[in-house]
Amino acid sequence: MIGVIAIGVAAGVVAGLLGVGGGVLFVPGLVIILGLTQHQAEATSLLAIVPVALVGAFNQDRYGNVRRSDAVLLGLLSVAGAAGGVALANLLSGAALRVGFALLILLVAVQLVRRALGQGNEGRAGGDPIPR
Amino acid sequence: MLGTSPPRALKLAAIGTAAGLFSGLFGVGGGTVIVPLLVLWLGYGEHEATGTSLAAIVFIAAFAAAVQGAYGNVHVLDGILIGIPAVAGVLLGTWLQQRLDSRAIALLFAALLVATAVELLLQ
Repeated sequence: MIGVIAIGVAAGVVAGLLGVGGGVLFVPGLVIILGLTQHQAEATSLLAIVPVALVGAFNQDRYGNVRRSDAVLLGLLSVAGAAGGVALANLLSGAALRVGFALLILLVAVQLVRRALGQGNEGRAGGDPIPR
Repeated sequence: MLGTSPPRALKLAAIGTAAGLFSGLFGVGGGTVIVPLLVLWLGYGEHEATGTSLAAIVFIAAFAAAVQGAYGNVHVLDGILIGIPAVAGVLLGTWLQQRLDSRAIALLFAALLVATAVELLLQ
């Protein structure tokens, strides 16, 4: 229980910091701690992402960081891809998905390191809020 | 909005499709795809990209979750159990992003992700 809460909080922090949904931690947390299958964990992660992204987006909007029309367009234009992705996930075995997922989060780790190392001239993560 | 020229709309469509595919396939929001592409293709600043990505993810994850629900894979109670602490986490994360040097935090999370990947591969 405490493990699940800790993973949840950590996933939220990652979401807020990086502008992602937190799924990179939700999915392994649900598999490793709650014992869900890879398919169940991925599906459940998507549900958990919705309130996180909603609150995160609302918060970022107050800092002037959301380009609303682009965000809505992106969301609406993702529908076909998302439906295809879910269908594909349900065709693949849990083991194949798990390996793919592990590679995905390694990619995220590389992105993080590159961004952290490339941030020297900015100093802190915040910078000034960008006016809309 | 300053008018969406066709190439720009096409770029958004490509980013949205790629993000949706990632989201549906791996149960993530798709921000891993959205943030770098908004920066590289559309000239977004880092903070605008993360903010806009989060807003887009609301739509993407809601739709993908509904489709997964149709397959019977969604465990609603577990989703609530892990999602509610995460809402507190995201408030902390956006607050931190505005104030702190995130390099150490980013490197720490990178290490956490590598460890998680190894754990998943060993299962």
